[in-house]
Amino acid sequence: MTGTIPSPRDMILEVAGLTMRFGGLLAVEKVSFAAMRGDITALIGPNGAGKTTVFNCITGFYRPSSGAIRLHLPGALPVSLHRLPGHRIARAGVARTFQNIRLFPGMTALENLLVAQHNRLMAATGWGIGAVLGLSRYPRAEREAIELARCWLQATALLDRADDPAGALPYGAQRRLEIARAMCTNPSLLCLDEPAAGLNPRESEELARLLLEIRSQGTSILLIEHDMGVVMRISDRVVVLDHGRLIADDIPAVVRADPKVIAAYLGESEEEEEGEAA
Amino acid sequence: MTRAESRSPSARRSDGEPHRPSRLLLALKDAGLAALVALGLFAPVVGLRTDVAPSGGLFLRTRWEDVAILCGIVFALRLTLVLWTGRRGLRPSTAPGPWTLRLQQAGRLFAPALLAVALALPFIPGVGRYELDLGILVLTYVMLGWGLNIVVGLAGLLDLGYVAFYAVGAYSYALLALNFGLSFWICLPLAGILAAFWGILLGFPVLRLRGDYLAIVTLAFGEMIRIVLLNWVSLTGGPNGLSGIPRPSFFGLSFSMSGDPDTFAGYFGLEPSPLHRLIFLYYLIFALALLTNWVTLRLRRQPLGRAWEAMREDEIACRALGINITTTKLSAFALGAMFGGFAGAFFATRQAFISPESFTFIESAIILAIVVLGGLGSQIGVAIAALVMIGGFELFRELEEWRMLVFGGAMVLIMVLRPRGLVGTRTPSVALRQKRLIGANLIGEGKG
Repeated sequence: MTGTIPSPRDMILEVAGLTMRFGGLLAVEKVSFAAMRGDITALIGPNGAGKTTVFNCITGFYRPSSGAIRLHLPGALPVSLHRLPGHRIARAGVARTFQNIRLFPGMTALENLLVAQHNRLMAATGWGIGAVLGLSRYPRAEREAIELARCWLQATALLDRADDPAGALPYGAQRRLEIARAMCTNPSLLCLDEPAAGLNPRESEELARLLLEIRSQGTSILLIEHDMGVVMRISDRVVVLDHGRLIADDIPAVVRADPKVIAAYLGESEEEEEGEAA
Repeated sequence: MTRAESRSPSARRSDGEPHRPSRLLLALKDAGLAALVALGLFAPVVGLRTDVAPSGGLFLRTRWEDVAILCGIVFALRLTLVLWTGRRGLRPSTAPGPWTLRLQQAGRLFAPALLAVALALPFIPGVGRYELDLGILVLTYVMLGWGLNIVVGLAGLLDLGYVAFYAVGAYSYALLALNFGLSFWICLPLAGILAAFWGILLGFPVLRLRGDYLAIVTLAFGEMIRIVLLNWVSLTGGPNGLSGIPRPSFFGLSFSMSGDPDTFAGYFGLEPSPLHRLIFLYYLIFALALLTNWVTLRLRRQPLGRAWEAMREDEIACRALGINITTTKLSAFALGAMFGGFAGAFFATRQAFISPESFTFIESAIILAIVVLGGLGSQIGVAIAALVMIGGFELFRELEEWRMLVFGGAMVLIMVLRPRGLVGTRTPSVALRQKRLIGANLIGEGKG
């Protein structure tokens, strides 16, 4: 909440006055924050705080009741994500993973990564017709796509499992494959919904390293996470939500000491409540 | 000592195999329940019967003995089934079963063999008019099955009205040929394009529907097309259909029996024979079916086909990856419909007469059954299923009215033994090192 106002120049995602209402339920109320380019921004909060709702608004799965979400890319006008249909958001450069893994279980790991490169490959096939007739630059495009997929399989330590169906991979590997798949869309902003959920400490450690590597390659990351160890270690900035409202937005060290955040996580003590009432 | 001895067998049984008595008990309970359901069904349906008395009035006759026999049969069958499946025990489910592997190994040789037989069929000694006609029929359904396989098997969109596109193709060809005198080779692509157009037209309203709802709307669409054909008498001839549809020619040479130099037989100096046209038609549908197969196999290895399969596996994930669900679904509908239209045009030229009666719901159901029995998404499976369903149905002709029963029983048996179709496995479209088959249990069926 301390406030140097970020200049739009190094901002990648701007969420302004985001409100999401489901019938009578106010899930997110006037939340504003920004994610910087080249940063890992963590979005935390107790269960039901509205984190995933914010996420779904950013990635186009919900249309916000009011407010704006803008993607700032260098050398281009800001893109209003809240007005784009779902599949266009991914094309604009926002990739996401899901809290409950959504891979294509009957397809191999490699195929999963090729589906992620659909738009580029599709353009190379001449919208499907050219490649059927065998007259296009498709084979080269496919070789490049496989090369990119191989890169990410290597980065996520899945190269040996490339030809195994995604549904048969162990849980941790599925989590990594989903991140690899999102990265194959060449995103500017990667949104991860609880990537460390269900991972053991060693796997969380590997995940943290993978995320830092992704950041170092120039992709900004927005992260929902419950594993505070991971969040505090790798995040550049932490945004805290509680009951649909923003209660803190600062560097990890400050957020960790913020009494409002502690209260939100641990519940306010009875004395305090009485004090407030009086 | 004696007490210990007398106790030990029972003790051993309860220790070593604690499930045995309870399993029998469970099976009995299960069979009893099944018999109870059967009683509820059969009591009103079989047990009560209205007959006409000699005086002319109706009276109620009861047949409780028959109901008892039926319930007894259900009880016995259920008991054996439960005991039998219980005895087999559980198999690890991720690895394809031994059955699947063996079938797959045989399949590698089977497909080329089947293709060779199909190619040589007209010249195999002893193959006459009847066999060729049957071959044409089977190949028509193979083609329709492959066409529907794009929509149902790859894209995972349950389409119960596929016959509508078959009808659009047939009527397009018939009307274009009768009214404008266009030749078969011009009409064929036109019929395909018109059917694809109708596929897109159907696709738009059902884009947001999934599963059962999609099935109902496509079913209604199929019926609508048939009813329009039935009632638009000025254009389609209504229930009388269209007759005198031109037969195809061999590059301008007709298949007439006169033996003139501008007929097929006359030009090549052959004895005029009605078989010539049949052989030509056979190879025509053979080529059309192979075209369907070729396009499907090629597309499967390309982004569009992969997007279809990904859509079948998880539509939401597809959207998050930037795949336009609308165009991907419509392309599947359009392409499936186009091949249905080609098959329809062929059907019209083969029969020389079409009426709405040929395009009833049962046709859609048969084509869908071929795809499901063959295994969703499997080309060779669909071909085998078409051969079994259409050819097998002919084989049992002597059984007369029992034919349907035998046939239905066979279908139930296949689905019990191989619930994901004859070939339920999936071959990956691309591999870094080695393509390994993917077991049916991992593959999604599509939710719409």
